[in-house]
Amino acid sequence: MNKSVIYIFRRFLFYCLAGFMAITLNFLIPRLMPGDPASIMFAQFKGKLKPEALDALKETFGFADGPLLMQYFDYLKHLFRGDFGVSISYFPQPVVEVISSGLYWTLFLAGTSLIISFILGSIVGIFLAWNRDQKLDSFLIPTLSFLGAFPYFFIAMLLLYYFGFILDWFPLRHAYSQYVTPGYNLDFIISVLSHSILPAFTLIFVSLGGWMLSMRNNMISILGTEYINYAKAIGYDKKILMFRFAARNALLPSITGFGMALGFILSGALLTEIIFSYPGQGYLLLQAVRAQDFPLLQGIFLTITFSVLLSNLIVDIILLLLDPRIRK
Amino acid sequence: MNNIINFFISLTNNFKAKVGLYILFIFIITSIFAPLIIGSPSDYVGVPLQAPSTEFWFGTNGQGQDVFAQTLHGAQKTLFIAFLSGFLVVLVGAFLGGVAGYFGSRLDDVISLLINVFLLLPGLPLMVILAAWLPPGPLTIIVVLVFTGWAWHARVLRSQVMVFSNQDFVLASKVCGESSFRIIMIEILPRMLPLIASSFIGATIYGIGAQVGLEFLGLGDISQVTWGTNLYWATNDLALLTGSWWTYVPTGVSIALVSLSLTLINFGIDELANPRLISERHLSNKLDGEFDRNSVTPVRMKNNVNT
Repeated sequence: MNKSVIYIFRRFLFYCLAGFMAITLNFLIPRLMPGDPASIMFAQFKGKLKPEALDALKETFGFADGPLLMQYFDYLKHLFRGDFGVSISYFPQPVVEVISSGLYWTLFLAGTSLIISFILGSIVGIFLAWNRDQKLDSFLIPTLSFLGAFPYFFIAMLLLYYFGFILDWFPLRHAYSQYVTPGYNLDFIISVLSHSILPAFTLIFVSLGGWMLSMRNNMISILGTEYINYAKAIGYDKKILMFRFAARNALLPSITGFGMALGFILSGALLTEIIFSYPGQGYLLLQAVRAQDFPLLQGIFLTITFSVLLSNLIVDIILLLLDPRIRK
Repeated sequence: MNNIINFFISLTNNFKAKVGLYILFIFIITSIFAPLIIGSPSDYVGVPLQAPSTEFWFGTNGQGQDVFAQTLHGAQKTLFIAFLSGFLVVLVGAFLGGVAGYFGSRLDDVISLLINVFLLLPGLPLMVILAAWLPPGPLTIIVVLVFTGWAWHARVLRSQVMVFSNQDFVLASKVCGESSFRIIMIEILPRMLPLIASSFIGATIYGIGAQVGLEFLGLGDISQVTWGTNLYWATNDLALLTGSWWTYVPTGVSIALVSLSLTLINFGIDELANPRLISERHLSNKLDGEFDRNSVTPVRMKNNVNT
């Protein structure tokens, strides 16, 4: 038990360090660029804000007079108070408010599709490894690679065109219809679901192949081990062999990969949201890029980084529960 | 040097790699000669949003430009940036991974920590921040791709260098008084050629995808014609809402085809270099595919199975 506490603590420290690096990057990148970062960052604010308000905003990002280290501590101080500054494109809303309005949609969309594609892909991967066949392999692997080779947002464009535009089965944009009132009523829930099907399907479609292939490869190497041969020799039932003996062990590297893949898939989800005008972080990101809204951009980067770090910590805890080798 | 040439010759004999090389070759050749064959992609050639016809094979886009010309021209800059960034990513990755794996101890701890942190940071938002601050252009894209892409390859190459750096030939070189730099560059890295080659290809695939994503967001130089800006203009001109699929399908399919061709080449490298796959193939040839694939790695004895 003691070992697991130390393990989680070490991982936690590592994620803190990673989060700290992200914050530092956020602080350093504007200052390493040519030109005066403060005036670039707040160029869009000219005329919108009073000089005093602008100075307060500059202080939020540490653009005070004084050495770099002092500026850094200033920036950290504001950050830990949850002060990310004011958004330009959604002026005068603070960045924290703008981001939290979109965070639930991203978590809902990316989270559910990630879990569905992970479970579905892993199950198919188990069967693929069990029924390993040269002909199927030589057809399936290039096909999956081909599908995985499309950019997420391109698949989104195709699906939107065919199922949204031509067939008119699904709505083209936004997270819910403008005719329903948000809340716990049936109309709203149905509207949300029908709006999320196409973007979710896009994310599942593109990431499914990766989970399938990695589960298949894990399974194949597990199936080659002595304990499986032994279990075969004893004459265990195929189902028990497959799921109870092989798949459980083969799942561990996939779960480790889950944490690693998260940042990558989230990036794809952001671009997919843009295609569907889905009001999540991706859509905010696009707004921020278009409006040169640097406070919002930096806020989104930090939010997404911290969600990834937190999810990785959760994955670590799950691994600890699943894999006794870590506990010993 | 002989090794390297042999490796490429056997690569061209591998079926998957051969298909991949053909596809890639076609794209590279057409993109190089595109400016000679067809006119400038930014000219106004006809009514905007025309469907594909015999006159305009891929139709026209929202600005009345020839989509066919745009697709061919776009390949040039996109592929160039992708290959260049792929090369630089592997260079940085091989250097940091090599140094970490060879010297070990404290230096390794620091570099490994850096690698692990960079692997965790979500790529796209980080790229967007960097690209938003830097002036738009190809150089920015390359800097961003290298900055966000090196960690994975550094990690892969590091573990392989670690394996080599404890082997006899490295110890012998050390005794001979060779410098560490020479041992890493001349003795170790050339032996990892398949791994480096597949890292380069992986980094190039990443370079295409990430570059297109960035430009799609409008963070590239939108006055240039690349695959990413093609998609950017397609959505900007409301191609999705007007149903003009031909403005984005050719570009998207090209991206996927090039990525697929690179993936196929990587499969070929894996088949040539992965000892497990090598022995399986020999065994499968000898036994007409009749053996248990799921048991331990089949071992080929010398002279036992003829190739």
